[in-house]
Amino acid sequence: MSNKYYNKLVRSITSTVILVSIAPLIFTALVSGYFFHTAYKSRTIAYLKELVKEHKRTIDSFLWEKVADINVVSKSYTFETLNNEESLQELLKILQEEHKGVFVDLGFVNDKGIQSAYAGPFKLKQASYADAEWFTEAMKSKFYISDVFLGLRGLPHFIVAVKKEWEGKQWILRSTIDFVYFNKLVENIQIGKTGLAFIVNKKGAFQTKPRTGVKINNSNYLDLINNDTSKSLEAPPNNSDFYFLQKADEDNVIVVISEDQDNNRFINVITTLKYGDWILIYRQDIADAFENLYRARNFAVSIFIIGSLSIIFMAFIISRRVVGRIERIDQEKNMMNQQVIETGKLASIGELAAGIAHEINNPVAIMVEEAGWIEDLLTEEEFKDGANLEEFKRALKQINTQGKRCKEITYKLLSFARKTDSRIQEIQINDLIKEIVELSGQRAKYSNINVIMDLADNMPFVRLSPSEMQQVLLNIINNAFDAMEKTGGKFEIKTYTDDNYVAIDLSDNGPGIPEANLSRIFDPFFTTKPVGKGTGLGLSICYGIINKIGGKLDVKSIIGKGTTFTIKIPVEKEINKTQI
Amino acid sequence: MSELADINVLLVDDEVSFVETLTKRLSKRNLSIGQAFSGNEGLDYLSNNSNVEVIILDVKMPGMDGIETLKHIKKKYPLLEVIMLTGHATVESAIEGMRLGAFDYLMKPCDIDQLISKVKDAASKKRQHEEKIVQARIKEITNRQA
Repeated sequence: MSNKYYNKLVRSITSTVILVSIAPLIFTALVSGYFFHTAYKSRTIAYLKELVKEHKRTIDSFLWEKVADINVVSKSYTFETLNNEESLQELLKILQEEHKGVFVDLGFVNDKGIQSAYAGPFKLKQASYADAEWFTEAMKSKFYISDVFLGLRGLPHFIVAVKKEWEGKQWILRSTIDFVYFNKLVENIQIGKTGLAFIVNKKGAFQTKPRTGVKINNSNYLDLINNDTSKSLEAPPNNSDFYFLQKADEDNVIVVISEDQDNNRFINVITTLKYGDWILIYRQDIADAFENLYRARNFAVSIFIIGSLSIIFMAFIISRRVVGRIERIDQEKNMMNQQVIETGKLASIGELAAGIAHEINNPVAIMVEEAGWIEDLLTEEEFKDGANLEEFKRALKQINTQGKRCKEITYKLLSFARKTDSRIQEIQINDLIKEIVELSGQRAKYSNINVIMDLADNMPFVRLSPSEMQQVLLNIINNAFDAMEKTGGKFEIKTYTDDNYVAIDLSDNGPGIPEANLSRIFDPFFTTKPVGKGTGLGLSICYGIINKIGGKLDVKSIIGKGTTFTIKIPVEKEINKTQI
Repeated sequence: MSELADINVLLVDDEVSFVETLTKRLSKRNLSIGQAFSGNEGLDYLSNNSNVEVIILDVKMPGMDGIETLKHIKKKYPLLEVIMLTGHATVESAIEGMRLGAFDYLMKPCDIDQLISKVKDAASKKRQHEEKIVQARIKEITNRQA
């Protein structure tokens, strides 16, 4: 079978193994990854929301507390007391003591916007707030908290104001809240490296100073704010850079994802403050907010990649190994098939040969007898003076000779086909070889062939028929001698043990056997000898004999260098034991 | 040669031409030959001709084969000598025949001189056998008289 077939097998096994092992891995990774991701994300977001809500409450309560404080002051004291600078100083002192310097100053402003009384670090008595935005706003409602502004003093601050009526006129008691103190409230909201909070008003102006410089694409946030934020925050329009994550809940908190100019993605938790006047934004880099999640994800991904790679690697190795084994088994199977075919061929030919030999023997016997009869008749008187008498005798002798040759051939054919007539004995192969070499010694001498024996000591006994083994050895030796007859040469017999076999190497340095003939030398009737010299049965008989006792007969030949026949005979274990 | 003239031989073989040619050749050598072309025919011939001394019996024949025929012969005429004639494929059965009491076996095609000498040996063995039996009888008779 071709390499293509095995490569295809490797591919199909590899892909099956990879598919079967990685598919569930991917599925598990995706499912658990998805659940873990969503669970962790929603937990993180819930935590951030909780944090923001808490701060919203803190800030709101801070602001309304301050309003309440001023309200208490305005209700507790008479118009005269409040409009008196000295008593106002006294009140401010009390407030500052109670609230650790949150209140910076205290002022009393009439309905024309003129501050008639002032207590605080700045000289703002008689200052006019008539045009100030906070003043107009404050005049509209009972309580007012302004946005942060620079005001007359040129420092960021905001004002808490309470409206009071006195003798038909409206007065405002106002106090400035320390911006630094307020800022700290918001600044304290910090998680991770990038988490920060800030407050903007409806116009997008910062009400607190963010810890780091935050560039806000104001319009995006304003999109959120410009809706009626006192009721609820709405989803931003589709064209904004925001990606809406969670809608406003009962506390009016929304979560959006934003992206700045540098493509950094942020998670924003946004809620309203001060009845929708201000917006508290908590912003954190997504990578930072979900750092643990991403770390876990990266870890899982790397495990997945390493696992997949090792699976692929193993699948490849395993399939290579499996296919390699299959290839070997196939080869063995092919070889075995070859042997079975060889054996079967020999067996059927043997049967055929036996039949033919027997059928031929009878007519040949008759022919020889008839020739003999003619010979007998020729001795009679009437033929004695025949001119061709000698010629007749010669012809009859020839018939007789050729009849005998036929007999010889059929004899060989039959011994090739013979089942078994030889008794099996335990023999020492070395002794047998010595005998045979002695037997062919004469011929070797005439053909100028040097026979070398290299026999291993302690060869185990083997069970076989000595006469059959003799036949095999003689056949191979004779073939070798025939090959070297003209040139002379070297013939070497070597014995050794090989696993559970006794092996005999018979090597000559004759002309060798051509490749084309090598595959046919065990075929019955195949011979390279001239007609009448060889039957072509010798090696096939040898093959049959060796095969019958479970041995192997191999041949290797190199043109010009020589030929080596290797006989391997199995050693039975019990015989080995008796030898020990 | 004269001593051979007395030997009565029966040839049993299914090959008619072989039997006929061999008959001519053996007759020319002063043997008296009977012919049979199957085991059954051979047994019939024996029952009609009590003077047969040696049988040349082919091993492989259709119907009753040589071994079977040999068994019958040895049962009925234990003193008769049988030479088995065989093709090579049946050497084993020829040897089996000898175990059953055949005198010897020969392979086809056989040398005529070899065959003659085997026949002679067989005949002389049979005659010796018979002589011993006769003497034993004489001994018995003389013993009885005495």
